Amino acid sequence: MPSVAVIDYGMGNLHSISKALQYAEPDVNIFLTSDADTILAADRIVFPGVGGIRDCIQALEKHHLKTVINEVATTKPFLGICLGMQALLSNSEENEGIDCLNIIPGRVRRFSKNMTDSHGDKLKIPHMGWNKVNQENKNHPLWKKIPQHSRFYFVHSYYVNPDDPHVNAATTDYPEAFSCALKYKNIFAVQFHPEKSQTVGIQLLQNFLHWDGTN
Amino acid sequence: MSLAKRIIPCLDVDNGRVVKGVNFVNIRDAGDPVEIAKRYDREGADEITFLDITASSDNRATMVHVVEQVANSVFIPLTVGGGIRSLEDISRMLNAGADKVGINTAAVFTPEFVHEAALRFGSQCIVVAIDAKKVSSPQEPDRWEIFTHGGRKKTGLDAVLWAQKMVDLGAGEILLTSMDRDGTREGFDLPLTRAISDSVSVPVIASGGVGNLEHLVKGVTEGKADAVLAASIFHFGDYSIKQAKQCMADNDIVVRL
Repeated sequence: MPSVAVIDYGMGNLHSISKALQYAEPDVNIFLTSDADTILAADRIVFPGVGGIRDCIQALEKHHLKTVINEVATTKPFLGICLGMQALLSNSEENEGIDCLNIIPGRVRRFSKNMTDSHGDKLKIPHMGWNKVNQENKNHPLWKKIPQHSRFYFVHSYYVNPDDPHVNAATTDYPEAFSCALKYKNIFAVQFHPEKSQTVGIQLLQNFLHWDGTN
Repeated sequence: MSLAKRIIPCLDVDNGRVVKGVNFVNIRDAGDPVEIAKRYDREGADEITFLDITASSDNRATMVHVVEQVANSVFIPLTVGGGIRSLEDISRMLNAGADKVGINTAAVFTPEFVHEAALRFGSQCIVVAIDAKKVSSPQEPDRWEIFTHGGRKKTGLDAVLWAQKMVDLGAGEILLTSMDRDGTREGFDLPLTRAISDSVSVPVIASGGVGNLEHLVKGVTEGKADAVLAASIFHFGDYSIKQAKQCMADNDIVVRL
């Protein structure tokens, strides 16, 4: 039976993501784990996370996971979610500047204050709720059977800004377009929460569980 | 703008059962929160909130079980409020599958609790529930205060300042209930909703008083709410979530259809 390691490093609740993966594909073995050997042995990797980036990087160091993540992020189908996406970049503006894993070159930036929508109404931070996802390359295996401009559930105050625009897999407007999904070698990473995005979210997880890691 | 305004049905749960009368056809057990949550999910609810009104702590374990069951098959954000008083309470609900918890009375008595909770679990899962009541006379400028014990006890805390303080302490969202309107079906207290929404940076969920779909629309257009919460209009089968969304869309509000 194929196996998925969901990296458990104490950043947030992993119940939802493991339930959603199991629902998407009943015949898959899911390990919630911080154990390096289990992660290295798994067929594919999910790297979730909520909370602050400083705590996230510290937790990865505490669990000795930085090297392991660097290795699996270049060798197996790898899905980063929310903070797990942001941690893959070079550095983040959060907590007065934090060095991240530097697997995908680029920065994590904060939404600016005083943003308004087209009616002049103030936009709230965090960006919370269901927003449209504009797929850059509709043929990517992770977008299979997901209609263009489907709404996914977001909750975040920071967003990724990759150096190479070609790694962008989708954008969302708030109010300007930002990268809400990245593709980089065998990595796919999303800012939204597929495990909380109903039918389209489950479809994306199912697509990931069938993905061979090529674009 | 493409971010959708959210419609959130709320279930009042007492000892594992939905208490307000439910009149759904095609539901085997109208009091079963799991079945009702599934139904709302299918109809397009953007999130679901469970309000645990259970008095005894023994029965709180039942709520954990309800959340677990719903989280096994409903993949939208789930919030649990009612009786959240400690970090352990929060941890228990999150581990059961809740995405957010609502903190109400505990925040009034121990504001620091909101800060500790946000530090430990992240602001994204901390919803501070505010029960406010108008205290100004008709000649005076509008002023609202925080009330506890179902609107019976006055605290002397100004609602706008209180909301700002909760956000400073780490609240990721405000669930605002007008105690003047709750249960009246006369519509949200729109000046209150607008005053709070304009004064905080985080999303505000309007609650209390919804009697028809027009009320939901006004909560967004006039109250400037980011999300609207209602219980009875959905429970009693007056309107479906789908109808509510269509009505919002007809009034040029962006919704997830």
